[in-house]
Formats: sequence, C-alpha cells, structure tokens
Amino acid sequence: MDLISKYLPYILAGISVGGQYALIAIGYTMVYGILRLINFAHGDIFMAAGLIMIYLAATMPLAIALPFVIIITVFIGFAVERVAYKPLRTAPRMSVMISAIGVSYLIQNLALYVTGGLAKTYPSIPWISDTIKIFGSTTKRVTVITPILTVVLIAALVLLIKTTKIGMAMRAVSKDFDTSQLMGIKINTVISVTFIIGTFLAAVGSLLYFSNYTAIVPTSGAMPGLKAFVAAVFGGIGSIPGAVIGAFIIGICENIIKSGGSSWTTFSDAFTFVLLIVILFVKPTGLFGEKATDKV
Amino acid sequence: MKTNNKKNSLLTIFILIGVFVLVFVLEQILPANAMLFTVLQKGVIYALVAVSMNLLNGFTGLFSLGQAGFMLIGAYCYGIFTIPVLERASVYQYFDGGIIKFALPVPIALILAGLAAAVFAALIGIPVLRLKSDYLAIATLGFAEIIRAIFQWDKLGPVTNGSNLLRKFPSFNDFNITDANGAVIIRMSTLVPFIIVGICVLIIVLLINSSYGRAFKAIRDDEVAAEAMGINLFKHKEMSFVISSFFAGVGGALLAMYQMTIQASAFKSNMTYEILLVVVIGGIGSVTGSCIGSFLFIACSEWWLRGLDSGTFLGINAPVIFRSGFRKVVFAVIIMAIVLFYRKGLMGENEFSAYGIRNFFLRIFNKKKGEAKK
Amino acid sequence: MKKLVSVILVSCLAISLFAGCGDKSSGGASSGKTVKIGIFEPASGDNGAGGKQETLGIQYANSVQPTVEIGGETYNVELVAADNESSTDKAASAAQTLVSAGVSVVLGSYGSGVSIAGSDVFKDAGIPVIGVTCTNPQVTEGNTHYFRICFLDPFQGTVLANFASEQFSAKKAYCLAKLGDDYSVGLVNYFVEAFKALGGEVVQETFPEGNSDFNSYITNAKNADADVFFAPVSTEAAALIIEQSAAQGVNIPLLAGDTWDSNVITEAAKGKDVSVYVTTFYQEGGNPEFDSGIKDWINADKTNLANNNGNDMIAAVSAMGYDAYFVALEALKAAGTTDSKAINDALWNVDYTGVSGKITFNETGDANRDVAYVKQVDTATGEWTFIAQQGVK
Repeated sequence: MDLISKYLPYILAGISVGGQYALIAIGYTMVYGILRLINFAHGDIFMAAGLIMIYLAATMPLAIALPFVIIITVFIGFAVERVAYKPLRTAPRMSVMISAIGVSYLIQNLALYVTGGLAKTYPSIPWISDTIKIFGSTTKRVTVITPILTVVLIAALVLLIKTTKIGMAMRAVSKDFDTSQLMGIKINTVISVTFIIGTFLAAVGSLLYFSNYTAIVPTSGAMPGLKAFVAAVFGGIGSIPGAVIGAFIIGICENIIKSGGSSWTTFSDAFTFVLLIVILFVKPTGLFGEKATDKV
Repeated sequence: MKTNNKKNSLLTIFILIGVFVLVFVLEQILPANAMLFTVLQKGVIYALVAVSMNLLNGFTGLFSLGQAGFMLIGAYCYGIFTIPVLERASVYQYFDGGIIKFALPVPIALILAGLAAAVFAALIGIPVLRLKSDYLAIATLGFAEIIRAIFQWDKLGPVTNGSNLLRKFPSFNDFNITDANGAVIIRMSTLVPFIIVGICVLIIVLLINSSYGRAFKAIRDDEVAAEAMGINLFKHKEMSFVISSFFAGVGGALLAMYQMTIQASAFKSNMTYEILLVVVIGGIGSVTGSCIGSFLFIACSEWWLRGLDSGTFLGINAPVIFRSGFRKVVFAVIIMAIVLFYRKGLMGENEFSAYGIRNFFLRIFNKKKGEAKK
Repeated sequence: MKKLVSVILVSCLAISLFAGCGDKSSGGASSGKTVKIGIFEPASGDNGAGGKQETLGIQYANSVQPTVEIGGETYNVELVAADNESSTDKAASAAQTLVSAGVSVVLGSYGSGVSIAGSDVFKDAGIPVIGVTCTNPQVTEGNTHYFRICFLDPFQGTVLANFASEQFSAKKAYCLAKLGDDYSVGLVNYFVEAFKALGGEVVQETFPEGNSDFNSYITNAKNADADVFFAPVSTEAAALIIEQSAAQGVNIPLLAGDTWDSNVITEAAKGKDVSVYVTTFYQEGGNPEFDSGIKDWINADKTNLANNNGNDMIAAVSAMGYDAYFVALEALKAAGTTDSKAINDALWNVDYTGVSGKITFNETGDANRDVAYVKQVDTATGEWTFIAQQGVK
C-alpha cells in the first residue's frame, strides 16, 4: 500500500499525459499517413486551441465557449492546410515541410503578439477540474477522464476509418496517392477531412491538457507537439493504435524518470528523443508500421 | 569558357577584398556602437551557419535539423577552452573553478570548436544518415535536443558549468588593436569575423565545385542513379554531414563571441528553424543567396523592423497595433509569403557573380533598346 | 522578373544599410535638450510579466518627474525600451539597440541571466547600468559599470533559510530550480548553503525549460517528507506549481524569492489550500502616497492595467523600478552632464531615499541593504499579508 501511494501519482500523471499526447499524435500520424508530411504546426494549433478557450471563456459561459473552441480550432486546421500546404502539393517534400515550419513560426508569433508575451491562465472547467482521491493520492478528475475519453474517441475513429466511405477513401489515399486519384477519389476532400479530424482531437486534447497544466505561453505547444510526433513515429507512423500506445509509453516513462532523483530530471525531455533514435535504428518503421519500399 | 571562369573568380576575389576594405573603412569612420556593426557581425555569423546548412540541405539533399546542436558544441568548446584562467573561479563559482585550468589562444579554440562538432557529427552520422528524408530530419532534431540536455547536466558541471552561463571569454572586441592604456587604435571587431567567415565560405565553395561537390549534387538529384554511377552514398553523405557540422561549430563559436555569453538553453530547435528560414529566403542551393538572406534576415529582425515593436514605424504612430511582438508577426508573414510564392527564394539555385550582374544589366539594356526600336 | 525583384531587394539592402548608418551618426550626436534613459527589460518570454511590471514602475516615475536639471539646464527625459525576450541569446542584440539609440544610462533587467548577458555590451560602450531587481551576485561582480539597488541572493537565500527553520522548524527542504536559469539556480544554491549550515537537509532538483508538468516534482517533495518547498522560479512556472500542489492536496509551505511577489501568484493561490511565502523588497502600504499615485496611474490606462496583469496591486518590482529611475536622475544631476562616463562616476556617491528605503552603493556597486520583507498570500482574499521583516543575524 505504501509503495502504491508513493508511485501511483507518477503513474497517474504519466497515463494522463500519455492520453493527451495520444490525442495530438493521431493528428500527426494521419496527416503523415496521407501526405507524407510532418505537420510541425500541429503542436501550435494545439496551443492556439488553449488560447482561444481562454479568450472565449472570458466573454461567454463555458457551455457555449466549449463547442466554439472546437469549431474555431478545426477551422484553423482546415485553413492551414488550404493556405499553406495545398499550393505545394506538387512541390518537393522539403518545401512542404519548410512551409509547415513557417506556419508554426507564424502561429507562435501571433500568439506572442496577442498575449503580449504574458502567460495566460486557463479557466477551470467545473467537474473535470475538481480534485478527487484515488487509493489515497489526490489528483484532478481530468487525470482519470483523459485515458477513458482517449480510448473512446479512438475507438470511434477506428470505426469511422474501417466502416464509412470517407474512411475507405482515406485508407486508399494513404496506400497510393496517385492511383486513388485515378479511381475518382476527391483527394482534396479526403485531406481536408483528415486535417479536420486531427485538429478536432488536438482541440479535445488541449482541453484536457490545459485543465491539468493551466498556464499557456506561445511555446506551450512545441514540446507536447514534438513528443506526440515521436509517439507517432514510435508506434509506426500511419498506424493509429501504434500512436496511442507510443504516447502512453512516452507519458509514463517521462514521469518515471522524473521520480528518479535529481540528476535524471534533466533528461526527462531528452529521453523522448533517445527513445525515438533507438526505435529508428532497431525498427525504423516503428512498432506497427508497414514496411515501405523505395521505387525508382 | 575557361577564361571566363578565370576572370569570374578573379573578379569575385576582388569583390571580396573590396568588401573587406569597405568593412574596415566603415569601422574606422563610424561610431563603434552603430547598429550597423551589430547587424554585420551577427549577419556574417548567420551567413556561415546558413551556408553550412545549405551544403547539407541544398547541395546534398539531406534534410537535417541538427544545426543548433552542432553550434552548441562549437560554442561550448570555444567558451570552455578560452576563458582566462584568472576568471575561471568566478565563472565556475558553483563548481570550484571547474576542472580545466588552462586557456587556449582564440584561433586554436575556433578550430577545436569546429573539430569537436565534426567528431560528434561523424559519430551521429553513422546511424542517422541511413535514414530517409523526414526520419532524418526528426532524428537530427532529436539529437540536437539530446546534446542540449547533456550540456546542461549537473554532473558535467566542472566542464560545462552545468546549466549556468559561460562568460568572460574573448569576444569580437578583443580583436581591436589597442594601445597600452586600453584605448582603441584600430577597430577590427567586425573585420575579423568577416575574414574568418570569408575563408570558411570560400572553402565550402571550393568543395562544392570539386568532384565531391558534383557527387553531392548527384545524390541530391537522384540517390539511386547516383549509386548506380558508382558514388558511395554513405561516404559522401557522411562527408557532407561532417563538413557542414564543422562549419556550424565554427559558426557557434563565433556566435558565442558575438553574444559574449553562452547558455545551452538558447540553442533550441527554434534556432535551427531560423537558420532554415534564412536558407529558404536566400534560395536552397545558392551560397550567395544564403549570405544575402542572412544579412537581410538579421537586419530586418534586429534593426529595421524594431519600430514595429515600439509604437512608431515609418513615421506612423500607432501604439495599439505596433506593440511588442508585432515585428515577429510581420516577419513570419513575409516568410510564409516567400515560402508559398517565391519558393526559390531570392537567388534560386543561381549564384551571384560579377559576370552575372554585368550580363543581367546588359540584357535589360538590350531589351530596352529593342523595345525602343519597335 | 524574379531576378529583377531579387536585384531590387539586394540594392535596397545595400542602400538602406548606408542610409541607416547615416541617420544614426547624425541623430546620436545632437540630442538637444533630451536625455535618454534605456529600459533593458523583458516584455516577453518567461519573465515577461515581471519585466512589464518593473517597466511600469519606471514609466510611472517618468510621468511623475519627466524632466531633470542637468548643469543648470532642464532636460526632458526620454525612455527608450528594448525587449530582451528573457533570453540570454537575445540580450546582446537588445543591449546593442539601446547603446546605438544613444542612451546615457540604462535601467534593468528583471532576471539576472539576461543582465549578465547584456552587461559586457554596456561595458564596452561605457554606459552605466542600474540593476533594479537582478539579485545574482555575478551581475555586479568584477565590473565598475553595473550597479544595483536591490539586495543580493546570498542575503536573500540566508534570510529564507532562517525563516524556514524559525517559522516551520524545518529540518528538510525540497529545492526546485529551472535548468539554465541563473537566478533560480543561484538562489537555490545560496539557500542550500545557509540551510545546511543551520543543520538542515536538502533535496535539490531542476526542471527543463518549457516544462509544465510539475506533478512528479511535487510528488517527489512529498515522498521526501520535506518540511518546506523552495522554488524561486519564474512566475509562469510558479502558477503551475501552486495549482498542481493544490490539486494533489500537498500542503507543504511554498517558499520563494522576490520573483513570486506578483499578482500572478496571488491570483493562482486564491481560494486554494496552499501556503505561499516570499521575501521581497517592498510591502504595499510602505509609502501611501506612492501607492495611491501609481494605482491611479495604472487604472487610468488600459494598456498599463493589462501589463500589470489586470488589477492594480502593486508589485515590489514596480516600486523598485520607480526608485531606480530616481537614482538615475540623481546621478544625472550630480554628474551635471549627459556623458555616460561622468554619470558612472557620479553613481558611486548617490545617496537617495526612495519608497523602498535608503539607497547607497558599496564598493562592488551593490546597494547597502540589510532587511527583506516576508509576505504570505492570504488565500481567502488573494492579497498579501505582511509576516515579518527579516535580516541576517
């Protein structure tokens, strides 16, 4: 019992962070699966969702603000794709990636301008921000909700991809971009839907994440974004269950490292990248990734 | 053709010398604290780092995002070995003066900084360079973050000063020639970095124009075809990676001299992104483009656009809009416009040459004449 | 076409480089009857909130006293601000901006790391700097151009250690600093020294930049059975630590230095089950005239109000900024010229009594201060309550 109450807080924090990473990671993995693009701006959209919530919650009741936050965030994700990625569809991959970095730079700087460089405090959402007790350790309710909600959302997403027409189209596009176009699939619609789903999950993730860690600065999205991307690579990019498992592993490991004492806490962020590099050498396609072949 | 080339390189050398003389003269006439020198110093450092990144991204087609990590190694290596022995106790105050009890002369430390970065790159390159484009980018980015964490580690404190500032090492101002009382006779604080960077960039250009450079370009254009032509892929990639990192290391050391202090936490991935954007502005695959791009970038961000932050810009006074951070927004929008609409950047893959300028003006002149005749 | 554009851009660059420097050289020399004071403060980044509050104090002081008598002539004081973005790699450029704007004396910065990083630029330009709340000893150590009007970290660390052992009979302290932040690493270091000397035990940890998950650190503190939690970190991180320790139900007294004396903290702690103690420079109510003056001034302008985090509570750093401005004016008057070197020489002999007490400088350029105020957050009202005046025995 003593051992549990000692280590449970770390595990709880890990699972909760892991769930939030998972929600972000799906956006990365789906976009990469279809466009072969690391959407560097995804983490910043996640941060922007948090800021939008702060500004909306200051002017309207939470119940109205919540759906608005999600709608606006989804619109931003959609708009970013249309403005910054669509014109570059035929350009080399490096150009698109640079464009993604440019968008990330723009969103961060816009956030800096809007907030005036000050940290903003996230409003506390009733019920999910309340504190509860589990096995003698106190935590916020959001910690417990996160993994459950993550699993539910992801089950729904997998169902969507497996059974619906648009899901089938997505799978086809991710298998072969050009051929699916020839088969009459509207590529642009599929890509837009992918971005919409990705940003929707990021918006939900931001609600959960910032309920836990209530201060937002313009760079708040960068680290979670990178870690979520690593989670996606770890699980095998393009694979949704892989991304989720990767995210939970990273979330939990990182918190266990923090419990390891003074000289190791320095490496809690770097560890994520060590994990990335190890997996890239051992199994470059990740845990559940498909083997890719190079065509001349 | 041959004679043209010869003439061209001669002209280029004359222009380079002209630039050096101009910098030297400017330094003697203008007040030392003019913003121009800040821009020139930082711009020339960014030029070196951008060219080194261009060697990888633009000429070899390896999308690496590890530049900040190698700059960090160079900066630390320089700082650690050049802090005067007398000052060490105050710099390493939490670590009993550190374990290194000697100081090296600046030129040796600069080369050492490059070598240290190159050695790290060689080690990292062996596994990383087998990865393909995006994976390579993210793996190098990851390595840069790991390097940053290692340099902040407390256990290495006696060498790296932990996460604290390194300072008191020689800076650009120590290049000034002074008399016995410390009064400046001849200013060299901007000229010397120009010369160092000039030499480095010249070496890179020579490399690019050599048979190795042609191999790099072949790899960039088509890996499979290059391999079929008998180019050893790994050997050339590793070479490009190591050389690029060497100059990034030297650039990091110069940046340390410019900033007068070093702290690992400053070498974030954002720094790499900035340099990448400089390369894009200048044109991926153009050395002169990178140089011009970096001067433009630094001049805009440090100097011309500062007014956007402080209320008045171009005589327009609107404190509500022109407040802290607006500069960066405008800047980011410009960059996005370049990325989307001028994908080739300023120079594309072309180089800026004396002959090119002459031809360019001749062409315009002829065209005008042609139009006039009609 | 594109070539043409690029050539035009390049020539613009060349022309404006020279046009620009022409401007500067003529503008710097003939300043007329204006004296420029530089504000070297962060307006963004980790310390943005604190830097803005310090700047507010300086601006208020300028609105109270916009002119100064120098050598029998009345000069207008013009404030020139440069944002150092709380980042040591941006500090040198920001400092250079001030230098080339032709400032006579500089005030700042909030945050010791950036002050140290910018120091050499000012030194080479021969411009004196008056540190407002940078408490790390390295700022003024070994140079003659950097002054400061606040107390130092060895003093503050000792005060806090004494307070911890007296007030809470603390035997074990948990200390958290931010990696790469000279202020927090330094202060923790001095606290640990003093606390160990008192026979206490410490657990020391650091967190990386950009970290927002402090749950594990708080659990570490709890598992270590610490009596006090010492975390002299930036206000951004502080708000998260308060929030998360309340959420975990860990009620170890939180101790911190002057950075936490901000309404960001009171806001975060309001209505939560935490106890927060800070040492600081100024206690609201210490000078009623100044208090009411600056409150009216802040409330009169929406931008100022936003920069003060939305309410009119007076941060100690604002009071310090106010004092620093007047110290600079004193030095200008004593020097009788706007020449930086003369001002630097005059600063050594400044004797000024401001709202935060008497300010004189010792041989390293530090203010002679021997008392710090300890305050606690009243979690019911979200206000500071005065606990004690503490010195070093």
